[in-house]
Amino acid sequence: MRSMSQAMPSNAASREDRADDPVVVALRQRLGARAIGVQATLTGMPVVWLARESLCDALALLRDMPEPFEMLFDLSAVDERLRSRREGLPEADFTVFYHLLSVSRNRDVMLKVALAEGDLTLPSVRSLYPNADWYEREVWDMFGIVFRGHPHLTRLLMPPTWEGHPLRKDYPARATEFDPYTLTVEGQEREQRALQFDPEAWGMQRESEDTDFMFLNLGPNHPSAHGAFRIVLQLDGEVIVDCVPDIGYHHRGAEKMAERQSWHSYIPYTDRVDYTGGVVNNLPYVLAAETLAGIEVPERVKVIRVMLTELFRVNSHLLYLGTYLQDLGAMTPVFYAFTDRQKAYEVIEAITGFRMHPAWFRIGGVAQDLPRGWERLMRDFLAWMPKRLREYERAMMDNAIVRQRTRHIAAYTTREALAWGVTGPNLRATGLDFDLRKQRPYSGYEQFDFEVPVGANGDILDRGRLRIEEMRQSLRIIQQCVDHMPAGDYKADHPLTTPPPRERMLEHIETLITHFLQVSWGPVLEANESLAMIEATKGINGYYLTSDGSTMSYRTRIRTPSFPHLQQIPAVIRGALVSDLIAHLGSLDFVMADVDR
Amino acid sequence: MNGSTEMLVVVLAAMAQALAILAGALLLAAVMTVVERRLLGLWQDRHGPNRVGPWGSLQLVADMIKILFKEDWIPPFADRALFVLAPAIAMASLLLSFMIIPWTPTWGVADWHIGLLFFFAMAGINVYAVLLGGWSSGNKYALLGAMRATAQTLSYEVFMGLSLMGVVALAGSFNLRDIVAAQQGLWFIVPQFFGFCTFLVAGVAVTHRHPFDQPEAEQELADGYHIEYSGMKFGMFYVGEYLGMVLVSALIVTLFFGGWHGPWLPPFVWFALKTAALLVLFVLLRASLPRPRFDRMMSFGWRVCLPLTLINLLVTGAAILWLSPAAD
Repeated sequence: MRSMSQAMPSNAASREDRADDPVVVALRQRLGARAIGVQATLTGMPVVWLARESLCDALALLRDMPEPFEMLFDLSAVDERLRSRREGLPEADFTVFYHLLSVSRNRDVMLKVALAEGDLTLPSVRSLYPNADWYEREVWDMFGIVFRGHPHLTRLLMPPTWEGHPLRKDYPARATEFDPYTLTVEGQEREQRALQFDPEAWGMQRESEDTDFMFLNLGPNHPSAHGAFRIVLQLDGEVIVDCVPDIGYHHRGAEKMAERQSWHSYIPYTDRVDYTGGVVNNLPYVLAAETLAGIEVPERVKVIRVMLTELFRVNSHLLYLGTYLQDLGAMTPVFYAFTDRQKAYEVIEAITGFRMHPAWFRIGGVAQDLPRGWERLMRDFLAWMPKRLREYERAMMDNAIVRQRTRHIAAYTTREALAWGVTGPNLRATGLDFDLRKQRPYSGYEQFDFEVPVGANGDILDRGRLRIEEMRQSLRIIQQCVDHMPAGDYKADHPLTTPPPRERMLEHIETLITHFLQVSWGPVLEANESLAMIEATKGINGYYLTSDGSTMSYRTRIRTPSFPHLQQIPAVIRGALVSDLIAHLGSLDFVMADVDR
Repeated sequence: MNGSTEMLVVVLAAMAQALAILAGALLLAAVMTVVERRLLGLWQDRHGPNRVGPWGSLQLVADMIKILFKEDWIPPFADRALFVLAPAIAMASLLLSFMIIPWTPTWGVADWHIGLLFFFAMAGINVYAVLLGGWSSGNKYALLGAMRATAQTLSYEVFMGLSLMGVVALAGSFNLRDIVAAQQGLWFIVPQFFGFCTFLVAGVAVTHRHPFDQPEAEQELADGYHIEYSGMKFGMFYVGEYLGMVLVSALIVTLFFGGWHGPWLPPFVWFALKTAALLVLFVLLRASLPRPRFDRMMSFGWRVCLPLTLINLLVTGAAILWLSPAAD
């Protein structure tokens, strides 16, 4: 580790490892030059290797420096044992990485710690970043890495009775590699007993001086849990004394699947992560893959992607609005919202051929060119929506009961939001203007004219109103796409564009072979690491891809916005009523697939 | 002998009338379950149930068949006796209340001087249905729903009674026929507008209709007190809700809208039309309003409705004394 900077390929060191970045310099000053190695990657941020002992020091420094790194954006691990192309990197069987985000600097930094198989322990950093709690549990669950000092290091995504750590490389991914699954009556009872809530395990009292608490198991089947989400409430009457969210019921191993799908054939899996977001999920994945491949896509591709992303944003926000109001007890708006969503789907269907899961973006482009007549469909939709949005506002958001239910309820400050890793509209509702489409434009967002609405109180009302305003802005963007759709190709002219443009396939033997290989095996991407973050429908969605120079990803880390949003619930809702919790859940805009992956 | 035969005929006629009213009320409540869904469909920009029979007219039959053949499950952790008793109370207390409603000048079951008080008594008993149902289910959601229902109904019944005292004072009687007769010239909604408003609110509250459906609050309590009920026992709670709606609508018509009074049309048609309009109002409330939070609703009852009814009663009393010819 000592001389790693020198060991890096020398031509890349100056450009890609960002060793002269002020953050790296500050870390070097604090920890000493020897303690630090810098890795050159395509992640667009300094990636710093640390010794385990200096981890807490480094995190504390970054969190408390002027213009601090306020947010622990992501924390996960990589099983390095089968990675063949890791020249210049420290010896490691497992690597744990901490991705920090600074809003004030609009910069990121990633810290990595190498661990040996015999000693998989790290200090817990919960005291520095509260949202490390769930991330550390997830890493323990998936990799078996122990975080010392974590008060509740138990399974998070897998069932409590699970054996093994699924994201380890020696853990099989196919059903055929396991014994057939059976569930006996005794087995079922054992599983159910394991799910029984034990208040003492969470440090909760069963009774206080003058009251017996009720422990209410809300979910995983509950009309307002928005999917298979469970939250156990400690109730005094209807006042929530404390609560424990329990997730994992929707876990489908999306990250594991990425390790056995080709770069191309993984695209449909991304659709199913934030399943109300459709192609929005494809975007960070293909952006990250294109960074690895070195593909620059044509202007037309960028604009098509932006247009569909914004259309899906409107679609997702409409679902949000309908269910948000339904959770407040208004039964009608959801039907209107679904009427509007159908209008959006008519355009989506015409363009992509699918509704919820188009899987329509490709590495290097999109699946097809826009169909003839798409402008007319899109213009019809753009003409339809604005008056509907006005109607929602007048009929519902201005309603006295809605205001009473939502104003100053379940509110949190910008500071708290950042500490818990809250992003997207839920963060902007606190008054912070942080939207990646403006702050770090990708896919050509810098060319569009739109505003980022922000709230003030960070309460349920602001979160609801913000979404309506965001829909207006999205419609503005779509309008600009329709008006200025550039001519050109819908796929990049690049050898790694997948699948290669069919029109050029039959020209000569070289293109035919490329086509054959890419369709049968899939493209081979250079060994490197890349990371793409986008402003998805619910917050910042990030794909962190590690390539080992093969047809498949070595590690795909999916950072989803809903995960930290759920983790924050207890901190927000303690002392509120059950009704407030339901309203809060409705205002967060989460789907469980986006939490559990 | 002759006298007793006549007596028998009168008794039989009265029984037939009572049975007809019972069947009519039940049928109306059952039909309302479908009408409500069609109306909601209309206001929610969708069709509603329109598949069974012409224009969905046989939906009710399909629903009946379904609910009658569902497994009637009693959870092993429930208190059996109370669990069975609760839906019976729910339905019986409401059905009995229909006795006092004068449908037309000649139709009606009981012509009592305590008419209105009987309704209050039955509404009071109705609370037990929810309370016992929720408690005996052995389910936490049901218990929370029952707690809400009890608190809500008790608070709203306090001023429900008071809101009608103005009407009683104006008519000088608890007998509903006397009250209808007293509205010959002017419907009581005019002099008793605030009484009407508060009674409407209380009426919606005691029937647990939206926005006062806190005990059920699907989004929060996942159906509240009747969460463990299935089959016809659930059906009794369900029809009970609609019976309550019909009852409160009929009462409002009787107390504030002149009952069967109206020009040209036969009395019963007037009564039916007015009741139908109020039933539609119930459905419209459900289609259009969000649900206030439980604690706000309680404070609304105690801090707004109760003082309003008291002031209304005071003003009514003062006005009656002012306007009445000096007592001898």
